[in-house]
Amino acid sequence: MPVFRADLHVHTVLSPCGDMEQSPRAVVKAAKNKGITLLGIADHNASENVPACVEAARRAGSVTVIPAVEVASVEEVHILGLFPNPADLGAMQGKIHQRLGDDKNVPEKFGYQVIVDHRDNVLGFNDRFLLAATDMDVDTAVRYIREYGGFAVAAHVDRPAFSMTSQLGFVPPAPTFDAIEVSRFADPGEYVDLGYAVIRSSDAHLPGEVGAAYTELELEEPTYDELIMALRGEGGRKVVGYSPTIKVMA
Amino acid sequence: MKVKDLVKKADLSVLVEGDLDVDVEGAYVSDLLSDVMANTEAGGVWITIQTHTNIVAIATLNELAAIVISSGKEPADETLERAREEGVNVLGSADPSFEVAGKLYKLGIKG
Repeated sequence: MPVFRADLHVHTVLSPCGDMEQSPRAVVKAAKNKGITLLGIADHNASENVPACVEAARRAGSVTVIPAVEVASVEEVHILGLFPNPADLGAMQGKIHQRLGDDKNVPEKFGYQVIVDHRDNVLGFNDRFLLAATDMDVDTAVRYIREYGGFAVAAHVDRPAFSMTSQLGFVPPAPTFDAIEVSRFADPGEYVDLGYAVIRSSDAHLPGEVGAAYTELELEEPTYDELIMALRGEGGRKVVGYSPTIKVMA
Repeated sequence: MKVKDLVKKADLSVLVEGDLDVDVEGAYVSDLLSDVMANTEAGGVWITIQTHTNIVAIATLNELAAIVISSGKEPADETLERAREEGVNVLGSADPSFEVAGKLYKLGIKG
């Protein structure tokens, strides 16, 4: 079975902290250059740029976009929701809109939240304060992701901010989530005892970071369904490796 | 001072009763469980707005005297159930953390 590289956590210009260069075409091009086949587009509490990325990837060829969103729970734990298609993601997005406060973004302080098309033309701005937390606790957010047909991943569990570990002390053993994600700085092997599939992603906010961390998977073909089979360890599909661990000085 | 004295004097509600005769050795305010894990000791009272089930695990791990959930936040049934299983004292207050901490400090509980 062929091996594909997946970077399932990449931000776009829609995230206030995303670089202004992080457009759909730039993200897709960077993924292609790094040999990333499965590209998860996950902005903070929003997903308006997913369709543009899907189309940009279709035109570029060789990259498949996984529609996703990075939900902030009331505890400020970040959870990735991966979805089979933009419509299912859209249903989850509706729930996030309901559960996110009415505060407006202040672009000068937090950054612009730009909605673009697949040619990187600016279509408008999301005016909600996307860096805010929703009022859903972790378990509720996971329940909705699953209810709308998605796959719930505890984001960057090794990081000192916005992670299960930092906010809620530790990652409970399976099945609180469907999988967990580590950053480029953690050894995925240290997390396998929890009973989850472990992915590694870049959490890229700049084109230069796309594909800086990835998961290698054995799949028949690079699709959402095959990806989920691999993460569930079904049908011989499986996670077979990761990008190297970066050792940082303590 | 025992947990039961605290309940009475600081006007706290008892959401889950473990052993209210445990001595209170100090108190700590934080909503980051990683921080609480690193900075609390046995007999400590932990004031927080967090309500996730993981709070019970932290309390048992560090042998805390009680968790005080402030601002009138209501823990999920699962959290209360876990606390009952583990015999962890879970107290509640309508006051925000700052006010709860102030009351405890006045009662002579220091750090």
